[in-house]
Amino acid sequence: MERLDERPFPPGEYDVVLVGSGPGGLQTAYSLARTGIPRCAVISRDAAPGGMFRRFPVYQRLISWTKPDAPFERGTREYEWYDHNSLVGDEPAHRALVPEFMDRSYDVPGRSEMEAALVEFASRGGVRVRYGCEWLSTRRDEKGFVLGTSDGEYRCRVCVFAIGVTEPWVAPIPGLEAAPHYVAAGPPERYRGKDVFIVGKRNSGFELAQGLLPWARRIVLGSPRPVDTAMLAFSPLSMRYLSPYTEHVRGGTGSYVVDAAIERVERHADGYRIHASGTTWEGPLELESHEVIAATGFRAPVRDLPSLGVAMVNDDRMPAQTPYWESVSVPGIYFAGNVTQASPGLRKHGATSSSGSVNGFRYNARVLAQHVAEKHFGLASERPPLDRDEIVPYLVRELAHAPELWTQKGYLARVVSVDGDGLRNQGIVPLAHFLDDEASEACAVAVEYDADGTIIPVVYVRQGGHLVEHSLPGHPLHTFQTDEHRQELAARLAPFLSLTPARR
Amino acid sequence: MTETLLVGKLGFGAVEASTASYVEALARLSLFADLSHPQLEALAHSFDEEVFAEGQRVVRQDVTGGGFYVILDGEAKVVIDGQERARLGRGDFFGEMSILTDEPPTADVIATSVVRCLIIPDNELKAFLLKQPSVMYRMLQIEARRLRAANVWNG
Repeated sequence: MERLDERPFPPGEYDVVLVGSGPGGLQTAYSLARTGIPRCAVISRDAAPGGMFRRFPVYQRLISWTKPDAPFERGTREYEWYDHNSLVGDEPAHRALVPEFMDRSYDVPGRSEMEAALVEFASRGGVRVRYGCEWLSTRRDEKGFVLGTSDGEYRCRVCVFAIGVTEPWVAPIPGLEAAPHYVAAGPPERYRGKDVFIVGKRNSGFELAQGLLPWARRIVLGSPRPVDTAMLAFSPLSMRYLSPYTEHVRGGTGSYVVDAAIERVERHADGYRIHASGTTWEGPLELESHEVIAATGFRAPVRDLPSLGVAMVNDDRMPAQTPYWESVSVPGIYFAGNVTQASPGLRKHGATSSSGSVNGFRYNARVLAQHVAEKHFGLASERPPLDRDEIVPYLVRELAHAPELWTQKGYLARVVSVDGDGLRNQGIVPLAHFLDDEASEACAVAVEYDADGTIIPVVYVRQGGHLVEHSLPGHPLHTFQTDEHRQELAARLAPFLSLTPARR
Repeated sequence: MTETLLVGKLGFGAVEASTASYVEALARLSLFADLSHPQLEALAHSFDEEVFAEGQRVVRQDVTGGGFYVILDGEAKVVIDGQERARLGRGDFFGEMSILTDEPPTADVIATSVVRCLIIPDNELKAFLLKQPSVMYRMLQIEARRLRAANVWNG
């Protein structure tokens, strides 16, 4: 790694400036460096790689899987589906680094193991970052953007912000500002023998509640939205954080989960008084609590980007983005990492992308780097030809094993186009982009959820400006490489393939 | 459609200038006029908002699984087989026909400015409307007006 006295990327003129050195920043930096864009600078205010994993989660355990042993060898593309935490490398030595650091004391990695793997990825992958350089301000100039930093000014045509969603966000509830946020909750023993009210029922709320169970005497979680038990049962939270909810449902030992809009919080000498009113039930609720913790989530630290015209979403917490993660209102500003969850995709049957976690945004970053290289710098990535006879087995194999399609269900697709008299592999592309690119004669395959929540392969064919969507059957073991799948895919693609003669 | 005419063309500046929180934006719409504040809070916490770029598709003709959309800010056009059929603005909603009939949408809806929407997924709309019959009744009133307008034109 760079020593501090050899810091790369001094202030000056660049093609692309990338801000951030968490997993999203590192993956984007790694992928941008392999596109051929001549001058990409990477800056970070941190002192070392790792981003939020240098601090969070506060109780040290991740909620996403890595299986050290899987049906596929570490380092293969297929293995990536079993390892949702490692960044993705182009060379074997850069792949599957998280399992190398897991001591297997648990089924998921610990925070420090994740951090170590990110440091190792930066080192082995040669990811260069100017650490200790804080982005402070942004303005436009005639060629693009000027980023003011603690080290001076950077000029660039394109900027990419991989800045995480880690700035504490406190819901606009009068009085709540007197209570600590999740990030300042402190060690669980501090809550020994106390009544604790947690505002919020998402990841951080349940993580806190679970951590406080052995210490607090009463825990109440409150927020307007009811817990969706059907969904929660299958969410990553179910692995570890649901004991407080189970206690509540079974009338257990001092945990309560309440659907209520919190109207105000009053601080007094002995604690807090909370005023709320029911949402799934009618009536007011007032209760006393020694402690209140605001687990109301986080926002992206976007600094002055909104004043540049960057539209925000979700109560101004995240920048709104196109399917290629560009600001919907300021072209040339892109986002990477966790914040790409604000581009949810088609939302078919309500399903959104996995871009809020490493397993999803690591692929976004790779697609983003290629897109920026092509759109802004004319550096098209290779689009290898495919033989007509190869296409069905190839796409069936992709549907069965492509980790991009399996993690980014309904968001990323494998696209093959007709180009002249042959077929070309257009690579992994946001499905929404494929659907809206009306000019192309092309087909795409994606893995999606159907209306019942079953995972199914889907094929889209665009021919003569007309788009047709076909769902293929699911399979109890998710085996999409059966004869039935091959035959049905071949039948669906037949009119499309007739456009092109067999080659070779 | 009077609301649409009053809103006019919104650039991103106009969207950004609306400092109202998500809950306040929902409270301004006649569709949700009968909801209490806690109910509006629950609505805002249960269903996402999304912002689309000018030219971006919000709903796609013949693609399954779309949701119910309510425009909070901005404008969009309804396009069938490449032909523009209508303009939509703040307070207008779309996507419900496809969900109620269980058929893919028969039109594209394309943003003509930066557009901010509330989205209720297809598989959650029924439960939401049954829980909030006042919203269902207001929806029906608007559908009735649309149907009458269509009948007048056809007649």
